Amino acid sequence: MEPHTNALTPSLVGRAVYSAVRECGCTLRSDCLDATQRAYDAALAADPGSREASVLRDIVHNAEIGRNEHLPICQDTGSVWVCLELGEQNALPANVFAEVDQAVAAAYVDGRMRMSIVKDALFDRANTNANTPAFTEVRIVPGRECRLHVMLKGGGSDNASRLVMLPPSAGAEGIKRELVACVREKAANACPPLLIGVGVGATFDKVAGLAKRALLRPVGSPAHDEAHAAFERELLDAANATGIGPGALGGAVTALAVHLETAPCHIAALPLAINMGCCAMRSVTIELIDANGDVLHDPAAQTWQHIHQ
Amino acid sequence: MPKPIALTLPLAKDDLATLRSGDEVRLTGTLYTMRDAGHARCLEYLREHGELPFGLAGQTLFYAGPTPPTPTQPFGSIGPTTASRMDFATPELMRAGIVATIGKGKRADEVRDACVEVGGVYFAAVGGIAALLAERVKTSELVAWEDLGTEALRRIEVEGFPAYVEIDTQGNRLYR
Repeated sequence: MEPHTNALTPSLVGRAVYSAVRECGCTLRSDCLDATQRAYDAALAADPGSREASVLRDIVHNAEIGRNEHLPICQDTGSVWVCLELGEQNALPANVFAEVDQAVAAAYVDGRMRMSIVKDALFDRANTNANTPAFTEVRIVPGRECRLHVMLKGGGSDNASRLVMLPPSAGAEGIKRELVACVREKAANACPPLLIGVGVGATFDKVAGLAKRALLRPVGSPAHDEAHAAFERELLDAANATGIGPGALGGAVTALAVHLETAPCHIAALPLAINMGCCAMRSVTIELIDANGDVLHDPAAQTWQHIHQ
Repeated sequence: MPKPIALTLPLAKDDLATLRSGDEVRLTGTLYTMRDAGHARCLEYLREHGELPFGLAGQTLFYAGPTPPTPTQPFGSIGPTTASRMDFATPELMRAGIVATIGKGKRADEVRDACVEVGGVYFAAVGGIAALLAERVKTSELVAWEDLGTEALRRIEVEGFPAYVEIDTQGNRLYR
């Protein structure tokens, strides 16, 4: 193999994170916006005077204001989750996550976003005033490609999430029962209509990551096989049968989609994680390096450059 | 759906008594923003002094931590946070004079009981439309606890702020 310089630099990652955070803060994910618009059209056709139609209209309108006025679409501009998918032929550059934190702090100040992170969960709940640290992870993937996932996660929807270690005998019915219970108890806190990420399998610590990554999939994208896709539809129908509706004010659309990710697990286990995504889902994926090892774009040009401060 | 009910803040007891769970309202006047850390401080003051601080008696609390101001607005965006996190303090604060609260999500039975006891209400606002709601806020003034950042106590003036009556003075609820 040709020797190569490592194209993945801290600066490249930092600029990508900065532009992603600025973009996310004021942009409802386009797949979520489209799904909300479709739900609004359906609610309008069913009953133009309903609370459901009114809330869905406001969510669409809010997204327009965010995009046009460059205002945060939610006052909870979230904690920042950064997942670097690193092709195994690349080296992880030194100090890359220090650069990520600097980029996050700069983006939150420049974007007039809310600082929502405290120093320690238990004994020092003083605000860090920089929305740092970001919550970061590296996933090693085959080849040379590198990409970055950035998600701004609201506290209300994360608080409405849960993790349960079910017995294997609980099966699909047990998972459905837990999901419906979680929706009934917590959906009103999570700002519906929801995008619900469901992780099943792996271990106690890994299953939550499955549920979180399920939220990255575009709304309506099919699961990797028919059995999974059919179970996703069954879970979505069960969530929507609660009638909780947009804004929890009643209606047919409590969730826009349920996304399921599964993994191998221990013979004794059926780990389940449910990660609630709110009606203001904010995430972006930026391709950094292609299969040839070439830097794809300047990340700032991909997302943020069109918005003038 | 009937037209939204226009209400003036601070809310009068007579107005509160006529509201019913499910009513859509438009609020105009003064609100106070307070959330988790502020509730702990407010409760501490109340227990020490026997009354609410900063003239909060008779006022309405909005559970909100806004984003910073823009060149043209008091906040870039503002919206309700989860109300149940304030349940630990709400009954005591209502008995001391808070007449209404605004947030999102279900409340504990103790909050419903306090609404019935003092003739107060809990309004539900819609989460996830905070850029839209910020247009209804005309002014903001820091009252206390600046060190809490977004969680500081602020007096804000709203005009036509949209909400729904979740718990009314008879203890009825809207959420399923």
